[in-house]
Amino acid sequence: MKEREPLFSTKNLNLLRDPLNDSNPITVQVLGICSALAVTVKLKPSVVLAISVVAVMAVSNVVISLLRKSIPPRIRIIVQLTVIATMVILVDEILQAFAYDVSKQLSVFVGLIITNCIIMGRLEAFAMANKPWPAFLDGIGNAAGYGVILIIVAFFRELLGSGTIWDYPLFEKLGIFSIGYVNNGLMILPPMALITVGIIIWVQRARNKKLIEDK
Amino acid sequence: MSSLRRFVDKIKPNFEKGGKFAALQSTFEAFETFLFVPNHVTQKGSHIRDAMDMKRTMIVVVLALVPAILLGMWNTGYQNALAIGLERAVLGNFWFGFLKVFPIIVVSYVVGLGVEFLFAQIRHHEVSEGYLVSGILVPLVVPVDTPLWMVAVATVFAVIIGKEVFGGVGMNILNPALTARAFLFFAYPTFMSGDKVWINGLIKGEGIVDGFSGATALGQAAVNDPQILNTTGDPMTGMDMFLGIIPGSIGETSTLAILIGAAFLIFTGVGSWKIIFSVFAGGTVMGLILNAFGGNALMEIPFWQHLMLGGFAFGAVFMATDPVSAAQTERGRWIYGFLIGILAIIIRVLNPAFPEGVMLAILLMNVFAPLIDHYVIESHIKKRLKRAKISINT
Repeated sequence: MKEREPLFSTKNLNLLRDPLNDSNPITVQVLGICSALAVTVKLKPSVVLAISVVAVMAVSNVVISLLRKSIPPRIRIIVQLTVIATMVILVDEILQAFAYDVSKQLSVFVGLIITNCIIMGRLEAFAMANKPWPAFLDGIGNAAGYGVILIIVAFFRELLGSGTIWDYPLFEKLGIFSIGYVNNGLMILPPMALITVGIIIWVQRARNKKLIEDK
Repeated sequence: MSSLRRFVDKIKPNFEKGGKFAALQSTFEAFETFLFVPNHVTQKGSHIRDAMDMKRTMIVVVLALVPAILLGMWNTGYQNALAIGLERAVLGNFWFGFLKVFPIIVVSYVVGLGVEFLFAQIRHHEVSEGYLVSGILVPLVVPVDTPLWMVAVATVFAVIIGKEVFGGVGMNILNPALTARAFLFFAYPTFMSGDKVWINGLIKGEGIVDGFSGATALGQAAVNDPQILNTTGDPMTGMDMFLGIIPGSIGETSTLAILIGAAFLIFTGVGSWKIIFSVFAGGTVMGLILNAFGGNALMEIPFWQHLMLGGFAFGAVFMATDPVSAAQTERGRWIYGFLIGILAIIIRVLNPAFPEGVMLAILLMNVFAPLIDHYVIESHIKKRLKRAKISINT
């Protein structure tokens, strides 16, 4: 009889770890960029969106993995979308009930999680071919890899663009405005999110030589 | 001179491999080649020798900018004197402007070259002289009251994001000086547009003559003023625009000074006359078209005034001709310049969000320059193929 694999074997842990660095959905695969540009003006909505994506992705991955043998291949995309859409509606309802302000700020972007390419990609590439537990870990890992970048970008954009952190007026309390500092308006505009993501990619590649392609 | 050579030779071993300051090798080399002609010999490939190496090309551009710098400094002082109702001699005005403009130039050079040296050290390559021109262009395209720290931040942004991420001088897609200006324009709009930023002292607002307005010609036209006034309160004449006795960014106001620079650039062959000419041609064509329609103050500005107002002349002569970011093929240059002229006037007149469009037009065409070159080359190849086939058939 085959020996059972331990829950947190190296292979399973790598499912969690890889998306954070070596195969990060945003900085390496360059997926899910559009929400990364749109919601990262402030830290709070970014964190909420990151958590929402983690929830949606973990559950849909598990559900699809459980159904993987009974889904007819021809309609698998529709089934995947239905599962994701159900989860997104649930998350949206919960946000509206318990975090109305943030839900309003995020507006359409909660709904747009449905079209987030990372989620569809993982369902198609991983959950359709793996057992529920690895699928669960893969979902958490990829969503976390996405969320981490979102939060880093939002941190810098809120700090430099609005001078606040989590709506706390940090720069005002430090008194930087009184010596002539002015908030950087470019940081609030979407192009700067792209440039910030670009800088993160630059730093990551400088540190992680594995990512550099052969010439 | 020979004593300097001997001194350089004496300290040279310290900077070579194994020397005390080996880490600073690229910094040393930058200063050595700045002082003396480098004695590198081409090892392989083509051996084209020309007295115009990159440093000399850069110096020619800086020399061509001198008239614009001097007139810009004088105009800074003159406009300030008008604003506070003071009579100052020509030299007094110049000195006042010099004191305002010089710090911006120093900040631009120190910060920009600092970043360049830093990257050269990290990457172990030679310090390139690319920033020599950008360093003087940046101060000339900003309003005189721009805080120095903003100039520093914009310079860092332009050198790193505009140039170093692409691999340094010669690899950049966008013109670095315009990247700095675009950064300032979008990051700190209150310091880069409006009525108050163009003349020194207006932001603070102390001791300003009652009713004095520092609005630029384009700013006035944008709010549909029936008559464009000078800062003296008289109607602005074409001569004012040509000489540059109007409010604006430091170096861009005087078309005369810019044309002197243009003549110098064309004479030495450093700037492409095709680009300069076609930018003006594009502006003229678009100006004429809009004049024909008319309707509001901006559309009714005569086309020849469009060419002298705002940063049009400065952009055409010094920004569009940047040899790195412009189109490289000869026919591509005509297209590139012509489209800059057309786009600049379109953005200026038809987009209410931007009273001036030269910067955005040049940046946009910078992005398109490689595409233009691609198609020009493709069409060349096709034409020659056709000719080759015809000669075989006959």
